[in-house]
Amino acid sequence: MTKRSKVAAFPYIIWIVLFTIIPLTLVFVFAFTDKSLHFTWDNLTNASKYMPVLIKSIYLAVLATVICLVIAYPLAYIMSRKNGNSQRMMVMLVMLPMWMNFLLRTYAWMTILENNGLINTFLQSIGLSKIQMINTQGAVVLGMVYNYLPFMILPLYSIMTKIDNRIIEAAQDLGAGSLHVLRRIIFPLSFPGITTGITMTFVPAVSTFVISGMLGGSNNFLIGDLIEQQFLGNEYNLNYGAATSLLLMIVVLISMGIFNQFDNAELEETLI
Amino acid sequence: MDSGVIVKLQDIVVQFDDEQVLKKINLDIKDKEFITLLGPSGCGKTTTLRIIGGFVKPDEGKVYFDGKLINGIPPFKRQVNTVFQKYALFPHLNVFENIAFGLRLKNTPEKEIRSRVLEMLEMVNLEGFGAKNVDYLSGGQQQRVAIARALINHPRMLLLDEPLGALDLQLRKEMQIELKKMQQQLNITFVYVTHDQEEALTMSDRVVVMNGGIINQIGIPEHIYNEPINAFVAKFIGESNIIEGIMHDDLDVEFAGKRFVCLDKGFAKKELIDVVIRPEDIHLMEPTDETINGTVETVTFKGVHFEMIVDSFGYKWKIHSTKSVAAGSVVGLTLTPEDIHIMKKVDSTGVKNVSTEEDEVDDETF
Repeated sequence: MTKRSKVAAFPYIIWIVLFTIIPLTLVFVFAFTDKSLHFTWDNLTNASKYMPVLIKSIYLAVLATVICLVIAYPLAYIMSRKNGNSQRMMVMLVMLPMWMNFLLRTYAWMTILENNGLINTFLQSIGLSKIQMINTQGAVVLGMVYNYLPFMILPLYSIMTKIDNRIIEAAQDLGAGSLHVLRRIIFPLSFPGITTGITMTFVPAVSTFVISGMLGGSNNFLIGDLIEQQFLGNEYNLNYGAATSLLLMIVVLISMGIFNQFDNAELEETLI
Repeated sequence: MDSGVIVKLQDIVVQFDDEQVLKKINLDIKDKEFITLLGPSGCGKTTTLRIIGGFVKPDEGKVYFDGKLINGIPPFKRQVNTVFQKYALFPHLNVFENIAFGLRLKNTPEKEIRSRVLEMLEMVNLEGFGAKNVDYLSGGQQQRVAIARALINHPRMLLLDEPLGALDLQLRKEMQIELKKMQQQLNITFVYVTHDQEEALTMSDRVVVMNGGIINQIGIPEHIYNEPINAFVAKFIGESNIIEGIMHDDLDVEFAGKRFVCLDKGFAKKELIDVVIRPEDIHLMEPTDETINGTVETVTFKGVHFEMIVDSFGYKWKIHSTKSVAAGSVVGLTLTPEDIHIMKKVDSTGVKNVSTEEDEVDDETF
């Protein structure tokens, strides 16, 4: 039995070694060496000069994540309480944008938000003045929310469908109105979905370079753009890029760690 | 028993997707009684319970509680509490917090919560279980938590939706006695839903037999058992022999080719009727001209009694007796007048669908 499971695990072990362990090791190696493979701290100290960029990235990602949560939570709840057919329909509508290419979707927002884009053309046509939308923080956050919303909705929805209606009825039976049902039943029971949703939204949002590059312009240079420049841009510097990636990875790990400290019971206590 | 009516259901109709689940139900539930809604699955008993709890709104008809119309009152404002099928305990709360749930909603002081929860734990024999996770409890223990959680609010009425369904036979019997005791001690109304006729007869002050969305019969257990109103009730409540007959006159019935004296009157002359005879009421003796004669086909030992099938001119009688007779022997069956129960052919409410149910049941047994 154990022998068989070992054999079965073999391809996955190879996969993990090839695509997780080796690349991670390479990132470490590059981050702590210079071009001639000598050990150095320079890359990291250099990277930490970009602290403001990192802080801005975290700020925008947190903002986008919070907005996603606020939009997704009620929607996921409504979806989970619908009957089978409308549930499938709504899940498909949520997934539908994901079938289109990520770049294309972001491009579409560019043409909508541009100074000569759809919205501004419309505003002008009815005699209003243009609004600067593209190349603002708002546009970046909008792009993040739009692109990552499904990643918030789906885990929330999937955990909420598992909440048995009888449990909600039991709470109502014991005297809980809808607010109490939400606070004392739905929220604590959907909490694992919230953590998953936040992780799946925050992590890509904090490291994005496409959205900030296309919708944020040069004013909204984020940590993702910085990393991209080191690998693909003019400032080609693998070691420096690796160090920045490492820094970002540590930040993500720490924020996830802090977040997971709030376990169910604690959160519930603070609410009651 | 107090004769005051606590819940009155008037002409209740419930429809789910074009299907009538309840067809003009009328039911008065008396204060402080143990009443059981009994019937096969899909008969509308759970829907009736959910109407009282407020989880189903009737499409037609009125629900009164204490004389006040409560059709539009949501569940959380009703003075009833429910023990749900499969208990529906809150998985994220421990035993103590599950039971305390109702009190916390009312912002009860912590000290009072503590003492009342402990009192409840004691009542359901779960002292010391407060800190346990509900997932680690056995079915019987979970069920006790569900009962405690419902009763801590001091409801006027407790609704129980097949609460013993998931328990094994031994535990079920124990809980039946406990529930009955609890109801008498607390002196509140219990409305109990079950498909188990024995459970219904054991615990209830009154039994409501339902089938196909209508109430067939309401009465005390002895009455339901001894005087079933139609073949469905007779079949559903215990085992019985149902045979067609003719009512020649008051107290004079003919079936199985013989004339019998019975205790029933009020039928039309020569009316076609159904006769119910319980298997344990039939006595076996040597065949004579007076007895219904037949051949013993099978003998099965059932523990307390033997069950024998006796074939008499094609009709197979089911007989329970503490003495067995060898299969193949010819026997005579005798009946005393009080063993013969006469039922009208069509259900008293005139609803025809009962008779289709009869046919089904008949096919199974005969």
